[in-house]
Amino acid sequence: MDIQQIIFWTLSILTLGLAIGVIMSRNPINSVLFLILTFFCISAHYVLMNAQFLAIVNIIVYAGAIMVLFLFVIMLMNLNSDTEPQKNFLVQFAGVISGGVLLLVLVAALKTTLTGLEGKNIDLTQSTDIGLIKNLGKVLFTDYVFPFEIASVLFLSAMVGAVVLGKRDKDLKVINQ
Amino acid sequence: MFALAITFSLILEKVILISVILGGSLGIAMYSTWAERKVAAIMQDRRGPNRAGPFGLFQPLADGLKLFMKEEIIPAFSSKFLFILGPSLAMLTALMTSAVIPWGPDIKDQAGNILINLQVADINIGILFVFGVVSLGVYGIMLGAWASNNKYSLLSGLRAASQAISYELAMGISLIALVMMTGSLSLKEIVEQQHGFWDGNYFSWNVFKQPLAFIIFLVCSFAELNRAPFDLSECESELIGGYHTEFSSMKLGFYLFAEYINMFITSIILSTLFFGGYNFPFMDQVQAAVPPLLFTIIGIAVLLGKAVMFILFIMFVRWTIPRFRYDQLMNLGWKSLIPLALINMLVTGAVILGFQF
Repeated sequence: MDIQQIIFWTLSILTLGLAIGVIMSRNPINSVLFLILTFFCISAHYVLMNAQFLAIVNIIVYAGAIMVLFLFVIMLMNLNSDTEPQKNFLVQFAGVISGGVLLLVLVAALKTTLTGLEGKNIDLTQSTDIGLIKNLGKVLFTDYVFPFEIASVLFLSAMVGAVVLGKRDKDLKVINQ
Repeated sequence: MFALAITFSLILEKVILISVILGGSLGIAMYSTWAERKVAAIMQDRRGPNRAGPFGLFQPLADGLKLFMKEEIIPAFSSKFLFILGPSLAMLTALMTSAVIPWGPDIKDQAGNILINLQVADINIGILFVFGVVSLGVYGIMLGAWASNNKYSLLSGLRAASQAISYELAMGISLIALVMMTGSLSLKEIVEQQHGFWDGNYFSWNVFKQPLAFIIFLVCSFAELNRAPFDLSECESELIGGYHTEFSSMKLGFYLFAEYINMFITSIILSTLFFGGYNFPFMDQVQAAVPPLLFTIIGIAVLLGKAVMFILFIMFVRWTIPRFRYDQLMNLGWKSLIPLALINMLVTGAVILGFQF
């Protein structure tokens, strides 16, 4: 095994271990911390693929912003094992079914990716430059400009929705007066 | 075997560089505490620390010794691991940013070959790395605050988190305008582009090309530093001591110290991005006149001099402007700075487009 493979396997085991930690830990704060560490490991995978921009954006957006909000909400709710709601059997059953369906979708997606690659002779040890910011930007604003714009509109609508939800209480008071 | 020797010497060089930078940051942060007390004293017409050594210069050592000797208290019913992790993370993130800063011109031999690169890691996403570390900085405060099991600490942690997230946005957008102009995310390249002071047509430092971005970045860095006038997460009159209420001994010291290291690093980043880094007027003439090693030392001294100016500025602001109210802070961030940064970005884009035609 060369050094790249050793790093890859170590990282993969670490990532999976931390991801299991997310769902196994009883304390939600620990769960969030495990999830942050998982994001770090995924960023390390990106660096291994020479996609430094993706790696750092993953850290800024997920570890730096979204997980802070997660932590924020969990700290406000002050969850601990005493106040944990007892889930009934039906909810657990529904959870298992939806989780299984998600797994099926993911595995199916993975399978089609692999069949698409079969014929081509791709050297995975060769480093690529596609993850660098220059190439990524060019691809994003030429080939994928339509999905990119659609995604931005989606984000905008989500933002408008959030603002409306946040405003509603105040407006109702005005109407009542 | 030859390749191994090169790697070994490279690792040795980087280890020495990292040690010097970390030691230097800690030393400057130590004497920032002394400087802050002196500045406060001068502005309030007092004498300040003057007992330990000449001009009270040994005061930071005495403070450090005092913090080490204090009893260590960990509150009951708190998560002990997270309680210790909080200050450690604060210190870690404070020190991490120094890895990508170009501290001075490369040390070259007479033929112009680069002997030593005074930058630990010249990664091509330098600014984003700084930004990522800054966005992680809030975890130290939040975890420490939550693990304290104290409602004032918790409130302070929530304030710190929402403040950091709000001001990161404006900070990022103001940086986009700068990056659009420089066309590079590497800090080394950004500094090289600001070579000298006058490039023949216009000032070469970015502060003259992006004054609005500089002001927005400056205000946002005050907020990210949790410094007055935005130090709402440690506001004594409402929250006792804020997130470090329950901390004692060196764990408290880590929080206080991390703030001063952050202040130093922020000053360095501000000088690097906007004030030309280690560049100074007439540097070409100086480079021709003095030996290469001396030129590098002058460059480092110039960068540190600019950083000291910013540190003093941050201190003057602390003792001049009263603390904001929380809603004023949020209004300033969301309703003033973000629209301003967006307009600045649009105007920059339009001007760049105009120059292309």
